[in-house]
Amino acid sequence: MGEWRVTNASMDPESSRISHVTISPSRHHHVAAYALPLSKQSYSVISAFCTEDNVLQCISYLNQELASLGLSMCLEDRSPEGTSLNAVPALNAMYELLQIHKRTMCTLEKMEEEQLKQSSTLEHLQISNSRLKDQLELSKRENSGLHETERQLQLKIKTLQSCLKTEKEEVQKLQSIISSRASQYSHDAKRKEREALKLKERLSQLLVDRKDKKIAIDVLNCLGRSDGKRSVWRTAKLAASHESDMYKTLLSDYETSQKALIMENAELKKVLQQMKKEMIHILTPRHQPASGAAADDSQEQVEFDEERAGDTSREALDQSCEHAREQLLNSIRQQWRKLRNHVVKLDQASHMQNQMESNKEMIPLETHEDEMERMRQEVQQCKEFIQTQQQLLLQQLNTSFDDETAVFLNGCYTLEEKERLKEEWKLFEEQKRNFEKERRNFTEAAIRLGREKMAFEEDRAAWLKNQFLNSTPFTDRRRCSSSDGQSALSIRSEPEIRMSSVKAKRSKSPIYSTFSTPKPSRTSLVPSTAELYRALRLLSDSRDSSKHSNRGQWQESSTTEDQHPHVKSSIQAHTGEMSIFTFDDHSVT
Amino acid sequence: MLSNKRRTRFFGLFMERCASHSLLKELRPSVSGVGFVYGSEYLRRNNCGCKMNFSEVFKQSNQLCKVSPDGKYLATCVQYRLVVRDISTLQILQLYTCLDQVSHMEWSSDSLFILCAMYKRGLVQVWSLEQPDWHCKIDEGSIGLVSSRWSPDGRHILNTTEFHLRITVWSLCTKAVSYIKYPKACQKGIDFSTDGSYMALAERRDCKDCISIFVCDDWHLLRHFETETQDLAGLEWSPNGCVLAVWDSCLEYKVLLYSLDGRLLSTYSAYEWSLGVKSVSWSPSSQFLAIGSYDEKVRILNHITWKKIVQFEHPAVIENTKATVYKEVEKRPAEVRDEFSLHNVTMDSTLFSTQSKYEICSLPVQIPAVKPDPDRANPKIGVSVLAFSSDSRYLATKNDNMPTAIWVWDMQKMSLEAVLEHTLSVRCFLWDPCRPRLALCTGNSKLYLWSPGGCVSVQVPVEGDFQVQSLKWHCNGDSVILLGKEQLCLCYMDTEQEEKLNL
Repeated sequence: MGEWRVTNASMDPESSRISHVTISPSRHHHVAAYALPLSKQSYSVISAFCTEDNVLQCISYLNQELASLGLSMCLEDRSPEGTSLNAVPALNAMYELLQIHKRTMCTLEKMEEEQLKQSSTLEHLQISNSRLKDQLELSKRENSGLHETERQLQLKIKTLQSCLKTEKEEVQKLQSIISSRASQYSHDAKRKEREALKLKERLSQLLVDRKDKKIAIDVLNCLGRSDGKRSVWRTAKLAASHESDMYKTLLSDYETSQKALIMENAELKKVLQQMKKEMIHILTPRHQPASGAAADDSQEQVEFDEERAGDTSREALDQSCEHAREQLLNSIRQQWRKLRNHVVKLDQASHMQNQMESNKEMIPLETHEDEMERMRQEVQQCKEFIQTQQQLLLQQLNTSFDDETAVFLNGCYTLEEKERLKEEWKLFEEQKRNFEKERRNFTEAAIRLGREKMAFEEDRAAWLKNQFLNSTPFTDRRRCSSSDGQSALSIRSEPEIRMSSVKAKRSKSPIYSTFSTPKPSRTSLVPSTAELYRALRLLSDSRDSSKHSNRGQWQESSTTEDQHPHVKSSIQAHTGEMSIFTFDDHSVT
Repeated sequence: MLSNKRRTRFFGLFMERCASHSLLKELRPSVSGVGFVYGSEYLRRNNCGCKMNFSEVFKQSNQLCKVSPDGKYLATCVQYRLVVRDISTLQILQLYTCLDQVSHMEWSSDSLFILCAMYKRGLVQVWSLEQPDWHCKIDEGSIGLVSSRWSPDGRHILNTTEFHLRITVWSLCTKAVSYIKYPKACQKGIDFSTDGSYMALAERRDCKDCISIFVCDDWHLLRHFETETQDLAGLEWSPNGCVLAVWDSCLEYKVLLYSLDGRLLSTYSAYEWSLGVKSVSWSPSSQFLAIGSYDEKVRILNHITWKKIVQFEHPAVIENTKATVYKEVEKRPAEVRDEFSLHNVTMDSTLFSTQSKYEICSLPVQIPAVKPDPDRANPKIGVSVLAFSSDSRYLATKNDNMPTAIWVWDMQKMSLEAVLEHTLSVRCFLWDPCRPRLALCTGNSKLYLWSPGGCVSVQVPVEGDFQVQSLKWHCNGDSVILLGKEQLCLCYMDTEQEEKLNL
């Protein structure tokens, strides 16, 4: 075999090349791998098929081989110089061999492909087979399950059937029992009833036999019949009259009921008639405008027929025979059909109208939507406008925030200040006014006081005058002064006067202190009325005391009246001084 | 056009209901004004358009109190005494003394005689109003007595003996006595036709039900026929006296209608295998036959085909939108009303008893129902009482498992008109014999009145414990006799027209 391989290799480098070209890339490696050692082997001379020495043997061998293959065996050129290789047939043979080889390769390839395909199909088939097997298994299992359930159900059916049977039997039994019981009961009942009857009869018999004396009626005197008639003998005639009476009442009852029925019938007929008339009335005016001028005559004809039919039926109504009723019914049915058709038509018409209306409504809806759209746009525009305005404003603000705004703000501040000042001013004014008012009050009070004082002085002058005129002059001044204390103003005794004068002197300082020390901040500015009054009182007190003292002096010196204005003025001066003092005090302290 | 009409109709209905509402509101506090008519009687006004005067109370026993058929006299039994009063003055006209405590009392049809039966003694005494000296005593002897009644002519007395052995017919004209054998002991085995000429009697002969029709004039047996009943329970003449309705016992729903001459006119059966007929009532016009049954339904048959026209059900929940549901609401008296405070001690009892009034309920309304015990005989279920108003316009019913409710049906509209629900179970309800006006009582001290215009409850202003157990209308419909346990009181209702006349 090794030899064969060698020959093959040596024989065709060409073929290897061809194989290189023709064979598919998948096979390329394999072929290359196996071609390479071949080519290598071809160089090893030792194992070569043909050598210089055995050319002839080789040729003969090849010849034989070719012959065995069925090719022309004319490699051997039996020329005279011995057998040699005949080139042309050899080449032909080689070519033929190559062809054969190619063909076999081709078939091999095909077969391989085929094999591949078949193997794949086989695989597929195997898979499907397995799947089918699984399915089979499953269905088999299911089948068995179903078989099982069927068996169970059948079992159940069997049991149920048996149950039913027993139940049926039970029912039958019970029914038979019931029926037997019922029959027994009815039988018993009858028996009992009979017995009872027998007993009753026996009882009544016994009662009759006993000739119960107690059963009796005891009436003072018999009454007349309620109808005043005498009772009559029972005769066949009477029975007959009862019969006739009974039939009379029955008859009268039937008559009344018949009358009622007739009345009812008449009413119903009237209603029917009216209905019919109305139906005709409803139907006729619709026809005239609906039908064309051409169809008018025929229409009228129809109407006329109808009316006539109605009339006949009306006439027939009174006859109230079978035929008339039929006619009436027919006409009514006809009318009714017409009416129904009419109503259906009306319905359709109304439906159409509704649709039309709905269509009409669609248009305003659209316009409405348009309007809405327009308005929306407008709103959008307005919004944009506003936004731009805002932006502009902002920009402006941003740009003009430096100098102008500062000035502007300053102006604002000054304005504010002014406002505040104005307010304060107003407050001040008010306070001033208050003060003025208080002062006026004060002066008024002072004036009043002055007047009072003047009156007093006058009084005193008069009194003194009197005293003077009455008594001896200058005898007892002291007594006089004491008696003076009984007058309107208290006039103290001498030590008192002295004391008061001291007090007055002492009290002068508290006035000033009150004005100056306690609440310097407030009272200094605007003394309250209370303080003022207090001050005034104190002043007046002091003044009184001082006056007293003065008076005393005046009394001593002279009792002139021309000092009143002086006093007044002095008071006024005092008040003026006081205010001045306070101010001054304040300023001093 | 159609819808318009419908709307107006609905509006009309609405107005109607409103009207009744306003009426109620207006007249609820309307127990107003005081007036003395007789003794301590109080004038009241209600929405039935009338003033109400109450008489003082009188004693009575066994609820034996009856107005004479002519409406002039009032007979009451107090123990063994029979007192006859003038109905207008209530002055005692006659006083009779019976031999024992009276167990039954009845006026004769001509208002001349009064029958007093003493069942325990088997005695019947008859008194004459015109001749106080006249007397009559019937002794049934040892056979006993279970029932006694006048014949329609007022000259015969029918006594049923114990065990229903026989019916003894005593004639006061001739002292004659005749017997009718085999009367059947059942719910209503004897009935006289309205004009008093015929008597139908249920009999049991040879274990079969049969009916005998007698001419009341001379007790001539006019017809005798067997009926197709298992166990006949009752029979009733139609008001026109031409049809006899016969019904089977409750075990079977079967109503048979016989003509005066004994022909079977029709048979009606609503269902099988269940408890059947409980009550039967003719309308005064003889037009309808109302059948109340254990299935809580009333079936109305017509008088022409004797088929069912309509069936009225009594559901526990009322959802019918057209019916008015009046519910009695109790309230403690908070303020002393003026007219009461005027009246001192006699009013004390009413002052401290509970006041009640009707309120209109909005639908749906649940009516309290009692579940009957199925194991007991005569279960408290089904329509047991039916009553047509005198004009046949309304039908009042009572369903036994809803004992506090009275149902009023309109026979023209064939629908439910009103439901009156009370706090206690209704003892008795009766129609005014002249007007569509229903009076009822529930065993307390109140009288309830319904009319199409509205509904009112009136406290009976009498001293002491007065519980109205039952009531009876005077035949002219102007007064009601209220029966307590031991007392009675008359309630006069001056109708509006009379009021106007007086004014």
